[in-house]
Amino acid sequence: MKKTPHLVHWLWWLPVAWLGWHMLDWAVLQATFRPDLAACRAVMHDGACWGVVQVKGMAWLFGRYPEAERWRPALAMLAWALSLAWLLRSVWSVDSRSVAWPAAVLVLSWPAGMWLMWGPGLGLSVVDTAQWGGLPLTLLLTACSLILSAPLALGLAWARQMGPGWLSVPATAVIEVVRGAPLVMWLFMAAFVLPAWLPSAWDIGPVSRVLLVLSVFSAAYAAEILRGSLASVLKDQSEAAQVLGASWWITQRVVVLPQVLRGALPPLVSHVIGVLKDTALVMVVSLHELTGSMSLSLSGDADWRPYFLEAYLVIAALYAAMCLGVAAVGKRLESRWPAQGAQR
Amino acid sequence: MDVLAFLSQPAGFDIGETGGWLFQASEPLWQAFLVGLSNTLRVSLPALLLALLLGAALGLGRLSAAPVPRRLATLYVDTFRNVPLLVQLLMWYFLLVEWLPDPTDALPLLPGLWLSKGGLSFPWWDAAQGQWSIPVQEAFNVQGGAAVTPEFLAVALALSTYTAAFMAEIVRAAVLSVPANLLEAAETLGATRAQVRWRVLLPQAWRSAMPPMSNQVLNLIKNSSLAVAVGYPDLVSVGNTALNQTGQVMVCIGLMMGTYLLLSLLVSLVMNLLARKSRLALSA
Repeated sequence: MKKTPHLVHWLWWLPVAWLGWHMLDWAVLQATFRPDLAACRAVMHDGACWGVVQVKGMAWLFGRYPEAERWRPALAMLAWALSLAWLLRSVWSVDSRSVAWPAAVLVLSWPAGMWLMWGPGLGLSVVDTAQWGGLPLTLLLTACSLILSAPLALGLAWARQMGPGWLSVPATAVIEVVRGAPLVMWLFMAAFVLPAWLPSAWDIGPVSRVLLVLSVFSAAYAAEILRGSLASVLKDQSEAAQVLGASWWITQRVVVLPQVLRGALPPLVSHVIGVLKDTALVMVVSLHELTGSMSLSLSGDADWRPYFLEAYLVIAALYAAMCLGVAAVGKRLESRWPAQGAQR
Repeated sequence: MDVLAFLSQPAGFDIGETGGWLFQASEPLWQAFLVGLSNTLRVSLPALLLALLLGAALGLGRLSAAPVPRRLATLYVDTFRNVPLLVQLLMWYFLLVEWLPDPTDALPLLPGLWLSKGGLSFPWWDAAQGQWSIPVQEAFNVQGGAAVTPEFLAVALALSTYTAAFMAEIVRAAVLSVPANLLEAAETLGATRAQVRWRVLLPQAWRSAMPPMSNQVLNLIKNSSLAVAVGYPDLVSVGNTALNQTGQVMVCIGLMMGTYLLLSLLVSLVMNLLARKSRLALSA
């Protein structure tokens, strides 16, 4: 390809510089950084009003969770972060220590953290799940729906791809029906239809209902990713394993599953990011996770309501940081466990 | 079909935005569903067109030899893909209804194109008068032409800018998937750069872009259901209202599912036709 002349390269800088200058002017030069309403009003929208973060930040992070008890979700988030860090460290450690322990601790840290936030039997006040919100809710909806959907997705993928007709037909139906309609519709079902149908003794609360829907929705999409990868694992490999005397379960666990997971790693990482972003949708059924609690804290406050844009930008940056973090971990995992045929 | 009888009963609820459809609460329920479907399509189709154009430009931008467009396109893709669509939608909506001038003092974008808190007014063919109706600024409002609401604009803008980021990646991957030696071979055979681009690169990239593109088209249509967050009455929003009013859960869900299924069949049909066309061009 021929190189474009340098003059054209320089011309590109004109619109970029213009745009950059205006953004800098708004976000920094004319901006107010103190939570000072009068100063914010004086510049109107000519400069950003970042003080809104200082005033409302805690409400965004914790939603409607009682203020005096906020240490509980904070502690839960710390526990989740530490166990995730432990798992990632063992994945990259040079000696091949088992990742089973850290993985088990990570999985168990979620119900433990939820118990701490809920609180019965711990000598703490009971905080109903309807009051949960903010970042902890976003994190636990993401992680729990991913954890719960993993076995379901494996089952659906295997049933559809390799199962006998009486298994593969219902699996196909579940996958296609769930994927056929938008998540918003399924969330409405969870919020309005499920409680009307189930006997009231079975009422599992709004968070659990939404978690159920998110898990099944995630499983249907993950099943299709795994199925694609499953189809690419050569059949003679499992035949060879069985000729060597391995049982069906051993063959799947030792020969097929590792290759399926390696092959599906890049789309699975995108799937994790997709689930994280999708949790924002639970706002439409009045669960106030990060997006919802931010929206809730500003829409009812006439003083700070005009500074929604600043709030959205901060929240968007938080999501982008989390998603890019997942993507970066995914990239490292890909190089740690390259797909079949891409080995060094 | 007794189960479906409730569909001919009066709907009993109004729909805020009908896009020219004369709908009232006394009309039968099945018409409400049609208004919802038409709202879904009315916002999805322009958004789709915009997303395709923007996505193609961004995808090619990411492959550009010039560093500034390449980095800008990369920044765009990384930003828009990693922020939830709902956050982007609410942000657009807030910008439109808060930062724009009042309809008494609308912003003239182009001659005959007015943007304000009240929405976007644009020229429209007036069938009754048999001439174009051009909107003009009057004392209290922009009069004449046709207009779309800020809700519609927010949904269309959010859907197209979000989907464009994913389409850009598809375009880029499709162009990169064409083997370089194929292009070199064409050049060796004496093809000009334009010929290589349009006769060799494009048909091949087109073919590999089709399956993921049809996925994105479907995603865009399904994502238009987020419109409920800004009060734009799409199919899911209307269906959910109908469901709560009538209690006919299975039928209402069935109608929504069936409609989306039909739409997805339609999209795959169109996409298959487009892919087949390129295969013929390739073999010719």
